[in-house]
Amino acid sequence: MAVVMDADRMNRSLARIAHEIVERNRGLDGLGLVGIRTRGVPIARRLAASLAKITGEEVPTGALDITLYRDDLMRHAVGPQPVVRRTEIPFSIDNRTILLVDDVLYTGRTIRAALDALIDFGRPRAIQLVVLVDRGHRELPIKADYVGKNLPTSRDESVRVQLQEIDGRDEVTVARADGADPAGGAS
Amino acid sequence: MSERDAGRGGAAAGAEPAAGASRLRSKDLLGIAELTADEIRLVLDTAEAMKEIGERPIKKVPTLRGRTVVNLFFEPSTRTRTSFEVAEKRLSADSLNITVAGSSVVKGETLADTALNLEAMAPDLIVLRHPSSGASHLLARICRAGVINAGDGMHEHPTQALLDALTIRERKGRIAGLTVVIVGDLLHSRVLRSNVRLLTALGADVRVAAPATLMPPGIERFGVRALTSIDAAVDGADVIMMLRIQRERMHGGFLPSLREYFTVFGLTAERLRLAAPDVIVMHPGPMNRGVEIASDVADGPHSVILHQVANGVAVRMAVLYLLAGGVDHEATA
Repeated sequence: MAVVMDADRMNRSLARIAHEIVERNRGLDGLGLVGIRTRGVPIARRLAASLAKITGEEVPTGALDITLYRDDLMRHAVGPQPVVRRTEIPFSIDNRTILLVDDVLYTGRTIRAALDALIDFGRPRAIQLVVLVDRGHRELPIKADYVGKNLPTSRDESVRVQLQEIDGRDEVTVARADGADPAGGAS
Repeated sequence: MSERDAGRGGAAAGAEPAAGASRLRSKDLLGIAELTADEIRLVLDTAEAMKEIGERPIKKVPTLRGRTVVNLFFEPSTRTRTSFEVAEKRLSADSLNITVAGSSVVKGETLADTALNLEAMAPDLIVLRHPSSGASHLLARICRAGVINAGDGMHEHPTQALLDALTIRERKGRIAGLTVVIVGDLLHSRVLRSNVRLLTALGADVRVAAPATLMPPGIERFGVRALTSIDAAVDGADVIMMLRIQRERMHGGFLPSLREYFTVFGLTAERLRLAAPDVIVMHPGPMNRGVEIASDVADGPHSVILHQVANGVAVRMAVLYLLAGGVDHEATA
C-alpha cells in the first residue's frame, strides 16, 4: 500500500482546482456544486468553502445519490445490494453551470449514471466534472475538466480515498487488490 | 475508495461497513413477522431516500426498467393498489393490474391456478391482495416470482405497518420508547397484526383498545396491553392509531350500533386532550367519519393521515427496490 496523496497535497490540489474554477468560469455567477455520494459530497463542500474564500460569494451545494441509476444493478449475482441514500439538491439546476464532484474517476460509469440523474432535475447550462483522482481505464467517453491528481494505475490495483469528514483522515492510497492491505476496506 | 468502484476494479467485497442489514434475506415480503428489526430499519431508511423522488419535477428513476410487476387483487382496494402502481411507475417497472371480481370464497386452488398462469408471463414480482389469511404464503411457495403481501385476510398488511412506522419516525424522530395506542376493530384487522409486530420489534410501548367483542383473544401474547376503555388507552399517548370498523367483515352482532360505538370508542377532540400535547393521530383509511373518528380530529392539526398516504408510495418503492433491484435472491438464498 502506497500513500499517493497526504492531507497537505490534497488541500493544495483542491485549492488549485478552486482557482481554476474561478478562472475558467470568469467568476461564480450561475455556478452550482453537486457532490456524488459518498465522498464527492465533502469534496464539493470543501470546494464551496474555498470558492467563498477566494471570491466572497457562496456557491449553492448539493448531494447526488446515483444508486437508482446504476447500470449494474441487475447484474450482480451476489454481493451486497447498494444502499439508497437521499439526493439533496436544494437549488434549481436549470440554466446553471453544474460542477459535478467525485473522488475517483475510473471506468466513467458512475459519472454516466450521475449525468442521467442530474438531467432528471432540469436542464443545466453546462456540466463540468471535478475529480480528486483520475486513475484511468475509462470504459465510456468521459473526461474530467478539473483533476486533483492523475494517477496511472493497473486494473488490479485499488485506489482508496479517505476524507476527514467520513474517515477521520485525509489520504489517498493505492494497494494491490490481491495483496495484504492492512487498512482493509476497499481491497 | 468509494464503495461504487469497489465491485468493479476486480477487487473483492469491500463495500462500506454498513450498520445493520443491507438487503432483505427473502425474495418475498409476506409479513412483518418474517422481518428482523434491522430489515425493518433498512426498508424505512430506503423509503426515506425514495421520498425525495416524489418531490422532483420528473418523478421517475430508471431502476426497475425491464422488470414486470403484477398487481393481483382479489379484494377491492383503491388506496393500496394505486399506491403500489405509482411506486412501480416511479421506478420504471412494467406493471399490470389483475382485479378478480370479489367473491369472498375464492379458494386456494383457484389462487394457485391463477398464479401458475401468471408465472408463464415471467413476472419478477407479484403484489397480492386476498381475503384469505395465508394466501400470499401459498403463492410464495408455488411461484418463482417474489411475492409482496398487500393484505391477506385478517393476517398481515406489512407495507401499511411500514408506512405507519415511517410516518411516526418522521414526526417523532424515533419509535423506541413511544407510547402507541391502537383503537378500533382489532379483531378483523391485519393492519393491527402487522403494526403490533413492527412497533414491538422496534421497542415501542403498545396499548390496544376495543370493545370486548372486537378484541382478538390472546392479543397480550404479542407484548401489548389490552384495554376496553379508550380514555384509559389514550392517556399520555404519543401516537393514536384509529382502525376502521370493517362492516363488510362483520357477520353477526359485534356492535349494538355505529352511533353507540362512536360514543364509547370514537376519537373526539375531548378524548384527544388526554393524550400527550404533541400526539399524532393516524388512520390507515378509508375513514368512517363519525364512527371511529370525529371529523374535526381527522382534519385537525394532530392528524397525519395524508402524510401516511404520501409515505405509502415511498415505502412501496423501497420494498420493490429491495426485492427486485439488483440482487438475485435465489442465487444467494
